[in-house]
Amino acid sequence: MATVTETTHGHGDFEGNGKYPPHPEGIIGGQHDLGSVGDKIAYVVTEMSTPAGWWVWFLVGFSLFNGLGIALLYLFYAGVGIWGINQPVAWGFAIVNFVWWIGIGHAGTLISAILLLLHQKWRTSINRFAEAMTLFAVACAGMFPLIHMGRPWLFYWLYPIPMNFAMWPQFKSPLVWDVFAVTTYFTVSLVFWYVGLIPDLAVLRDHARRKTQRVVYGLLALGWRGSAWHWRRYEKVYLCLAGLATPLVFSVHTVVSFDFAVAIVPLWHSTIFPPFFVSGAIYSGFAMVLWLAIPLRRIYKMQDLITPRHLDACAKVMLGTGMMVCYGYFCEAWMSIYSHSVYETQTTMERMFGPYGWSYWSLLTCNLVIPQLLWIPRLRVNEFALFVIATFVQIGMWFERYVIIVALTRDQLPSNWGRYAPTEWDWLTLAGSFGLFLTAFTLFVRFLPMISITEVRELLPFRQGGRDGHSVMENAK
Amino acid sequence: MSTTHATGPAREYDPIDPSEGLYGLMAEFETADQLIAAARAAKQAGYERMDGFSPYPVAEVADAIGFPRSEMGAIMFIGGLCGATLGFLMQYYLNGIDYPLNVGGKPFFGWPQFVPITWELLVLTASMAGLFGLLALCGLPQPYHPVFNVPQFIRASRDRFFLVIEAVDPQFDPQRTRDFLTTLNPVSIAEVPE
Repeated sequence: MATVTETTHGHGDFEGNGKYPPHPEGIIGGQHDLGSVGDKIAYVVTEMSTPAGWWVWFLVGFSLFNGLGIALLYLFYAGVGIWGINQPVAWGFAIVNFVWWIGIGHAGTLISAILLLLHQKWRTSINRFAEAMTLFAVACAGMFPLIHMGRPWLFYWLYPIPMNFAMWPQFKSPLVWDVFAVTTYFTVSLVFWYVGLIPDLAVLRDHARRKTQRVVYGLLALGWRGSAWHWRRYEKVYLCLAGLATPLVFSVHTVVSFDFAVAIVPLWHSTIFPPFFVSGAIYSGFAMVLWLAIPLRRIYKMQDLITPRHLDACAKVMLGTGMMVCYGYFCEAWMSIYSHSVYETQTTMERMFGPYGWSYWSLLTCNLVIPQLLWIPRLRVNEFALFVIATFVQIGMWFERYVIIVALTRDQLPSNWGRYAPTEWDWLTLAGSFGLFLTAFTLFVRFLPMISITEVRELLPFRQGGRDGHSVMENAK
Repeated sequence: MSTTHATGPAREYDPIDPSEGLYGLMAEFETADQLIAAARAAKQAGYERMDGFSPYPVAEVADAIGFPRSEMGAIMFIGGLCGATLGFLMQYYLNGIDYPLNVGGKPFFGWPQFVPITWELLVLTASMAGLFGLLALCGLPQPYHPVFNVPQFIRASRDRFFLVIEAVDPQFDPQRTRDFLTTLNPVSIAEVPE
């Protein structure tokens, strides 16, 4: 515990050489105090000239985003027939991409909510941009079922809106559960993100020199003044939101897995699906966090705040959830033999050695074999290696959903068998969803603090002016 | 409501001469620990109407100035309960009574299948109750507040900690309160114009 310092020269307690000692857990590097943390993060938004790396990121994203516009215009003109879907595979890329994107979103909630409840201090400098990642990933995900409906302008039929239909949604269907789950997830993620942003927006309001910035951030900060009365309520709301978001994130991907598991399709109708989907979601989500954290560190020189400790922790979570996912693969294969169900066995053999066997083995290579490299401590802090491994995980997790979808090509009835191949419009839509994500994310990085200023300040050790932890974790009342 | 009085009772805002009224006295500190000590000392000295300001939450300050527990947990709990109840009844009424649908031979009132949406609506309404409850009880958005009149208060969102004893406090006296604040060894003391 720090004691009350009588000095008027900063927070005192320097070591003999006039420097702060390194952070015991390696979460914050450099020589930061309350002011410098704010300056470092707010500077990116308020004064820094936009770095070249940002433009590369943004322009790639924005080009792809335009591709999405073209793909959607033609889709709305011509209908879903422009995709490769047909009987027997009616779900195709749209659902693969939906599950993939929403899974990516889950890591943001895991970092901001679950790790908060688990008192993991290392979450602090990555939670803000991970939450933004969640929002944009869920936006990308939500788009796919909508455009897959064929007549997306009738999406409101999914909600129980009193109209002259005299009809209501069928609430026993997992597809309707999905609507409620994804809508709730997006809304709650947005609330959580915004509540976390309010104090930082007040920092920006006071930090900015340009009038427009002061006005805009001032409006968004709602007049926040850091009152003790407000902080008390704020912390309780933040803690409760974390407590709600934690089971929410599990329920959302569980419901997504119900879309499959409630159907009586071989290899879909399985109780392993909910936990298997949730761990897969976190697995791919952490790969995305690494994909974003590594360039952010580099472009904005955030190595002090996103330290090797963070990369290491993300890599470990990835390794752990990856093992859970692989247990799921083992379980699926085992159950198909152990159940003595001829359909399960047949579909498993088709999955492994049928016309789409290559996708199954790619999946296992990307998700099971390559991530084992993360056992090597040196690679867990190597940016390049992590980026490459994360890429494999992303591809692998995309293939996981692809493998599930193409199980439809050969079901119980051989006369119903068929093939599935995506068209160029499928690919353009997938690439375009990346564009949407990248555009939104780069704009976020440009205009909002990518790391929580308030929480990093609080996390600073006592001698550097912080509280060496989060009172929301210990003391929210 | 006793817990919201930190912002003071409703007063008429007089834009003509800000020096006319006094909102309170503001002391500036360098560390959170100094603010905690100051808030405790002020409470000890019998002051009731005060507020601490800090760039990050300092739970001990809220404890010291007399706000030991917030209302937010109860608000979110009630919000969630309402959402869950109404959500469940909605599904029961729409699928069980108003438009009964036979799905796979299951009962019209197949309550286990109403659980996922009930849960999602619980989370949704509890979160919204939390957000709007927070804003309402804190009186946000609030574009004007007297503390922003003090120039050094700009650092409340940076690296300084402030204690304001409000003029509405029964014990408040411009000179005696200033003397008291001086004993707390602050960096500065400022009058907060209304």
